[in-house]
Amino acid sequence: MNVKTSFLSSDLVFRFRRDKVAVVSLIVVLILVFSALLAPVIAPHNPYDLTTIDIMDSEIPPVWDEGEGDSRFLLGTDPQGRDMLSTILYGMRISLTIGFFAVLLQAFLGVSIGLLSGYLGGRIDAFFMRLADIQLSLSTLMVAIITLAVFQAGFGAELYSELAIIMLVLVIGIAEWPQYARTVRASVLAEKHKEYVDAARVIGMSSRRIMIRHILPNTLSPILVISTIQVANAIISEAALSFLGLGMPVNKPSLGSLISSGFEFIFSGSWWITVIPSVVLVALILSINLLGDWLRDVLNPKLYKD
Amino acid sequence: MALLTVRNLEVEFPLGRKTLQALYGVDFSLEKGERLGIVGESGTGKSVAAFSILNLLSKPGRISRGEILFEGSDLATLNDDAMRDIRGNRISMIFQDPMMTLNPVLTIGTQMIECLKAHRNISREAAREIAISKLKEVMIPSPENRMDSYPHELSGGMRQRVVIAIALLTDPSIIIADEPTTALDVTIQAEIMVLMLELCKNNSVGLILITHDLAVVSQVTERVMVMYAGRVVEEGPTRDVIQNPQHPYTRGLIKALPQENRPGSRLNQIRGSMPALDAIPAGCAFNPRCDYADGECLKAIPPLLGKKGHKATCLHTDRIPPFESARQEVST
Amino acid sequence: MNTALKPLVEIRNVEKRFGGDGGFLSSRQPEVKALNDVSLSVDKGDAFCLVGESGCGKSTLARTVIGLHPPSNGEILYDGERIDTLSQQEKRPFTRKMQMIFQNPYASLNPRMTVMQTLEEPLRIHRPELSRQQVREKVEEVMLSVGNDPAWGERYPHEFSGGQRQRISIARALMLDPEFVVADEPISALDVSIQAQVLNVMMDAQEQRHLTYLFITHDLSVVEHFGSRVAVMYLGTVCELADTRSLFATPRHPYTQALLSAIPKMSEEGAGHIKMTGEVPTAMNLPSGCVFHPRCPHANDRCRKEVPDFLDNGETQTACFAVEEGRL
Repeated sequence: MNVKTSFLSSDLVFRFRRDKVAVVSLIVVLILVFSALLAPVIAPHNPYDLTTIDIMDSEIPPVWDEGEGDSRFLLGTDPQGRDMLSTILYGMRISLTIGFFAVLLQAFLGVSIGLLSGYLGGRIDAFFMRLADIQLSLSTLMVAIITLAVFQAGFGAELYSELAIIMLVLVIGIAEWPQYARTVRASVLAEKHKEYVDAARVIGMSSRRIMIRHILPNTLSPILVISTIQVANAIISEAALSFLGLGMPVNKPSLGSLISSGFEFIFSGSWWITVIPSVVLVALILSINLLGDWLRDVLNPKLYKD
Repeated sequence: MALLTVRNLEVEFPLGRKTLQALYGVDFSLEKGERLGIVGESGTGKSVAAFSILNLLSKPGRISRGEILFEGSDLATLNDDAMRDIRGNRISMIFQDPMMTLNPVLTIGTQMIECLKAHRNISREAAREIAISKLKEVMIPSPENRMDSYPHELSGGMRQRVVIAIALLTDPSIIIADEPTTALDVTIQAEIMVLMLELCKNNSVGLILITHDLAVVSQVTERVMVMYAGRVVEEGPTRDVIQNPQHPYTRGLIKALPQENRPGSRLNQIRGSMPALDAIPAGCAFNPRCDYADGECLKAIPPLLGKKGHKATCLHTDRIPPFESARQEVST
Repeated sequence: MNTALKPLVEIRNVEKRFGGDGGFLSSRQPEVKALNDVSLSVDKGDAFCLVGESGCGKSTLARTVIGLHPPSNGEILYDGERIDTLSQQEKRPFTRKMQMIFQNPYASLNPRMTVMQTLEEPLRIHRPELSRQQVREKVEEVMLSVGNDPAWGERYPHEFSGGQRQRISIARALMLDPEFVVADEPISALDVSIQAQVLNVMMDAQEQRHLTYLFITHDLSVVEHFGSRVAVMYLGTVCELADTRSLFATPRHPYTQALLSAIPKMSEEGAGHIKMTGEVPTAMNLPSGCVFHPRCPHANDRCRKEVPDFLDNGETQTACFAVEEGRL
């Protein structure tokens, strides 16, 4: 077993190393994720600590601007005088957290519904799939905007800003379960007609056990592929909601709210407040998506050869 | 000179960091109108050998050595344009699954006419005439009406007949058929095999029949070539090879058939299994599964030797007892 | 047939239809009549073969017998007890005795489970009282009996060849020491030399464990070698039933005759097979009367209108008017 698995993984590694795009994407993703995780350690300032912020430092351009740059602030500062580099690192932490947990929630809902629908079929399947159709016909953002706006109006901005992370995870998580449910259902339908499932039924195994022990493990690779792409989507959704003022509050900015907060200064010359977080966001999303594409190409032909 | 000559053909598949070799120096030739069978189990290289003739190897397979001489040109070195002129025109191909050839969204007629017009400079009407006459030749009832049918409206046997008609459209000199009847039912298989045999005889078309079924080979072909682990292990006139197989592998294949055993008795099985392409044993590749193997067999790859065109790559043909078919004992 | 003995498995007037009414919020599907009034009985110790071409319903019948689909009509009895109406829980004692071997060795083993996990599973469900050690011993014993190396346990199915996988699949079926094994084309996906290995394993298992087989195949030469009784099926009906020897010696039904004549033989060029006329009908659109009449060289008006009964004709049992009336 060891010989064979190490062969498989080394084959994967080999194919990975030959694909330059995948290597670069992985490096970018790893650098961004680690710097976000280690933000409290590596960030030069703490943007959440109001005592360290001086309004006099506001809108200082990045250091390479020879006239006004300040060596304390590598990427300049925002209108509140926070260090851009630190704020971006902390913001990325929030964006990634929301993305990750939202996808976890989506995956949990979607995989359970997809498995039940695909395996049991009949009325349950028809009900959930029509529900998915309805949900997909409303865009995620539309659902999120309405829900969040109602919540913000109902509970007030203060409570909202405290619960923003949880709300975003819930809204993005619930809004996108049909993606998972449909993919899982399709692969369950393909798997359930394979003979190993019949073999399990002939043995006398219960449906629940067949679903969990036999079918679920065989639908993991498509789940893995859409998960990477859904993390990217969730981060984009979060950024879009924050940009519209429905996401993270200004005192705890995510990448989206940072971009949004700098937007009004873009024509007054303080371009860096918007552009630098945007570049980080684009780099993050692009590399996650490229990695997802690579994963899809690698996993597909190998695992579905039979 | 033979119509088609394949010399020292080697094919390899670069996969990841290793390269798998699928064929090791295969030689064969086909005379005009001759029917040749290539027999072997899966993974022996029989399909690779036939596919490489038309450069239809699936990626990343490539011909690494050898030549394929056909009508004065070497097919191994032809560019895509020149190959297209040969493929489906001078040499046709019939696949196991008729849907490999047929396009599900076009009618039979459209496909046949397009195919003809691609290779000949003729009018639609003339092409239609030829197409109908070919459908008649493969005994499709009311061919005029069938021209407007879509492939899914036909049964499996009918589809394979249409594929044969398409293969015959341009009056090729060779048809390569890869397990053409394996997916069909026994009764349909018998009809298709007889049809192919008659068409090849009547039009003096050469046939290369790739199959795992020795009985089918014995009914259709004049000469047969048995492959094992990327090499030809035995070749000769079909009757000789079937009735008096020289190579232990060929013998094993024949003796393993239920027809060759007394009903209810244990079957004569070949022990072990086909070696993987990256683990072909040294010396004679069959030695770990062979009852007659000894130290000699491990040392070198035996040459293809024999008399009267019936050759085998076995060092010990003289030691192996004469072949007896159990079935003949029972029936006589 | 020995009437004194109670048959092990009895199939009584079984019908199976697929499709038909669409369910909640889904559209109507065309109806396929896969089995029409099939009655057969399998005696203990038989190697009962079901033979026929694709679409004749032989696999559907096998799957109905084992309980993978419920019959639309009719009864299935095991040892005199009706089993097709039992719930999953009530059926447990029978699932231990009835097992199945599948056609495609590449699909019948879960690719994500090791050989050991696959083989342990039946024991875990039906014999939870066994200790880990006892389970291991049982797996080892069965693996050896089908000619597999017990050391394969920790490996995954993709590491094995088709023949090895099929032997693993047979081992899984034998784990619970069944009495009755349904084998659905167990060798048709394998190479010739491997077919012989797998058939030998199945014959050895029958001898050592006194198994009763329901063996589904399209290959008549395998039937002749392996079977003790044969039922020939065509479009969802049984057209001839006999001891293997009688069937091969004196086939009576025109379809059996055509089928036997179509087996390619190694001794002659071309084939003297009986030519059948007409297109092969599908189970979606069954012909009236005898289902074989559009392709039958002996069909007359009666065959087109009435459905023939299944009658004993001396050598075999057939459902054919031509045999009944002595026209053949």
